[in-house]
Amino acid sequence: MIMSNTSKYTVIPLLVNGQSHDVMVRSADTLLHTLREQIGLTGAKHACGNGDCGACTVLVDGKPMHSCLMLAVEAVSEEITTIEGLKHSEMRQAFVEQWAIQCGYCTPGFILNCHALVKEHPDADDEKIEEWLQSNLCRCTGYYEIKQAVKFVLEMNKKNG
Amino acid sequence: MQNGFHKTVGTAEQRIDAIEKSTGNVKYLGDKLTKGMLHAKVATSTEAHAIIKSINTMEAWKVPGVHAIVTGDMFPFPIGPILADRPPLAFKKVRYYGEPVAIIVAEHPYQAKQAARKIIVDYEPLPIVNSVEQAFQKDAPLIHEQSGQYTKIIDNVYPVPGTNIASHIKIRKGDFGQAWAACTDTFTATYSFNLSDHAAMETRSATVEINPDGRVIVHSTSQSPYTIKKIFNQFFNLEVGKVIVHIPMLGGAFGGKGAVQLEPLAYLASNAVGGKLVKLHFEREEDMMTAPCHIGFNATVKLGVNQEGKLMAGQYTFLIEAGAYSDQAAGITRAAALDCTGPYHIPNVWCDSYCMYTNHPYATSFRGYGHPELTFAIERTMDQFANKLKMDPIEFRLLNAIKPGHTTPTQSVLTVNNIGDAAKCITRAKELIEWTSDPVSTTKDGLIRAKGVALFWKTSTTSTNAQAGAILLFEPDGSVKLSCAAVELGQGTKTILAQIAAERLKMDVSEIHVTMEVNTQYTPHQWRTVASSTTFLAGNAVLAAADDAIRQLKKIGAVALQCSEEDLEVGNSRVYIKSDPMKGIAIKTIALGYKFPDGHTVGGQVIGTGVKMQRQLTTMDKETGFGDPGPWWSVGAQGVEIEWDERNFTYKIIKAVTVMDGGTIINPMTATQQMRGGIFLGLSIASGESFEFNEQGVIQNPDLRTYQMMRMGDQPSEYIVEFIETPSEDGPFGARGIGEYGVIGAAAALANSLSSATNVEMNKLPLTPEMIWRMKGEAYDSVQF
Ligand code: FES
Ligand code: FES
Repeated sequence: MIMSNTSKYTVIPLLVNGQSHDVMVRSADTLLHTLREQIGLTGAKHACGNGDCGACTVLVDGKPMHSCLMLAVEAVSEEITTIEGLKHSEMRQAFVEQWAIQCGYCTPGFILNCHALVKEHPDADDEKIEEWLQSNLCRCTGYYEIKQAVKFVLEMNKKNG
Repeated sequence: MQNGFHKTVGTAEQRIDAIEKSTGNVKYLGDKLTKGMLHAKVATSTEAHAIIKSINTMEAWKVPGVHAIVTGDMFPFPIGPILADRPPLAFKKVRYYGEPVAIIVAEHPYQAKQAARKIIVDYEPLPIVNSVEQAFQKDAPLIHEQSGQYTKIIDNVYPVPGTNIASHIKIRKGDFGQAWAACTDTFTATYSFNLSDHAAMETRSATVEINPDGRVIVHSTSQSPYTIKKIFNQFFNLEVGKVIVHIPMLGGAFGGKGAVQLEPLAYLASNAVGGKLVKLHFEREEDMMTAPCHIGFNATVKLGVNQEGKLMAGQYTFLIEAGAYSDQAAGITRAAALDCTGPYHIPNVWCDSYCMYTNHPYATSFRGYGHPELTFAIERTMDQFANKLKMDPIEFRLLNAIKPGHTTPTQSVLTVNNIGDAAKCITRAKELIEWTSDPVSTTKDGLIRAKGVALFWKTSTTSTNAQAGAILLFEPDGSVKLSCAAVELGQGTKTILAQIAAERLKMDVSEIHVTMEVNTQYTPHQWRTVASSTTFLAGNAVLAAADDAIRQLKKIGAVALQCSEEDLEVGNSRVYIKSDPMKGIAIKTIALGYKFPDGHTVGGQVIGTGVKMQRQLTTMDKETGFGDPGPWWSVGAQGVEIEWDERNFTYKIIKAVTVMDGGTIINPMTATQQMRGGIFLGLSIASGESFEFNEQGVIQNPDLRTYQMMRMGDQPSEYIVEFIETPSEDGPFGARGIGEYGVIGAAAALANSLSSATNVEMNKLPLTPEMIWRMKGEAYDSVQF
């Protein structure tokens, strides 16, 4: 899709959590902005707008992405998953049970990124976990419980084959 | 009885906000989307110190969508929480790079941003004060020429006109001069670090709407809802009752959201557009450069001992860097003074604590309120002095640890009730970190392993009349709605308060529904959610409210059951006869009053209310500091073990130990979360965080890429947290505050371990490999060959 960089709006289709939405965007609007302001999915957070913190992480075709660094128009015809689409995931449950949540602001981004990690690397070791999660910042927990949550899900998945 | 009350205090109940947070359902301030709202943006200063000759808004007005532009001359009055020294928008001069000089209100954020860039300010640059040491020099350029005329909002702030000193706090206990002269050995050292940032993941924002009937509706990411009301009343002349403040859950705060900065700006913005709803949101760079930050610090500590190694005299000179305005740094200056000795018994104390203006962003409270900083200086000194005395550093601490019967620097008398057990804490930390006579060893990979410890204390320096209230409203099903103005900022306070209510009412904690958001129209007054004071103040208020509710339940129950109130007991969702528990009535049958079978009624909705106010706290004497500044002292000890690579100066934190005496622990898991998160934050700051300023006083690292916080993998490989529970008679079920404490000893313990590893005294922060290399270089250069 070719769009000029203007303040004019265009309607584009976005597929989010299995549902299709027609949204009005400017070419400069980020995916994060559009998810939040146009579709009302506010689980993805804006904390730096610069790709530094991961609070805005969503899954694009299963891959974790900083939605603050992606334009809405780039997401057309991709499958987008936000935290609102992961209500029944084991990772979400593990974050609760492993005490990995304090203020909760980093939580949606972390859960999505951890979810992608265990899918992509079912055998992830400590080093892999730490490397993978470098893209997300948490100021409250000290990361210990977050790592525990990931390990818990990895173990569980292994047990359940 | 059957429907299961179990003891909840001391139990790891799941946080009541965890599920909602895990699903992304929690609405933080930025998640409340309102169509038709206008957006404000600040235009900020491009000079660190300059006279404003003129502000030209003509080009900015041409940007489409702009509704209003506000400049400093429209409200040229200084405001502040302690000393009113800061105009919300710079007026006549700017004092830091990033200071707001104008607000633009527009339809869309990007329009406001475009317009902000088009504000043209004509500056006449002034000489810059670029460090706290420079600020203290006699001929330093003056940042506040009129500091003597500023209004003092609270006691205990003493500006020194004609200098850059915003406040000078003194402690004079015993006879320092004589004691110092009599000491058999002494030790002196100086410590320093720069300003840094809170960096809560949620940046600050506020919305304001002024209704035609005069009500001002504020939504804010604030720890201080009632302070906002007070400031709006004091400075905008608004009736307190007409200012309504809403606080949603916060995405982290760490003290940084205790300051009131955005709300007055948003008010001026809304006022300029006829009261329409206006939102002011800080992006990360603004949150770091324009909003208040964490203090910088310079300290000189002198300690002297007698023959037995007992501390006899201590002198402390603190330069607290406030930046351009004093805000809470003035209070931190006082807090650092009143606990200046650390948890050690020293009969002769002399302390000068100065709050210093510089041309840097201004500082406010940060988790620990001066204590992590002070502890870094004290605990480094204790280690170095122990070395000099050839004593084991832990033995030296134990020999001097403070105990009931001793007095604090302000001469408050310590009792078994108001102080935790310092000796027990350090002894346990010693075991957990596996301290040996030689804390340094070499691994088989050639890395140097070293350990460091720190002992610390802190009182809760609230205002002397700080208070909190709580309301318990009974629902028709017998469950309870708990309402109070404690802000949930990640610390788990709402869960703790629910547990306290459940324990006293002997109900299941799931039957307590806590209002998560604060709305000052319904919630009783609470001082602020800072200073580790909420469990103590709001917790006690909840207890009082529960007792009030129990009285009412018994009163109605006595009529319904045809007995006297004294015969009754409340528990397990029933009111029953003590001696015959099978006879009773369900609370749900009387929660809204009791209806007899014939239709007659008695009582009405049970509404328990309670208030807790600090008692017998005093301000401090201006000349000696004499006074009772806090209700209790929590104490703790921390230890850190590192592996340092002498080839490239990098290191890894292996272990972080925290032993805390916080009185009774209401919820061991939330408490552990606080301790882990606390030491993590302290280690992150100490190991890597600092604002870098260039010669023009401009921050060089104002974003999360260049401002180095710990990321996954940098954290300690192992965290150990233990509690020693010396109950406090005054606290709810014996609890003291703990929220800030995990952070306090981190920097000191890390610096102590690295000093042992490198054999060089690490007296500056942050301890980046480069800083270690520099300090080692300096030490090498200073050796005479
Ligand atoms: S908001 Fe996208 S990475 Fe920080
Ligand atoms: S829980 Fe607060 S930032 Fe991670």
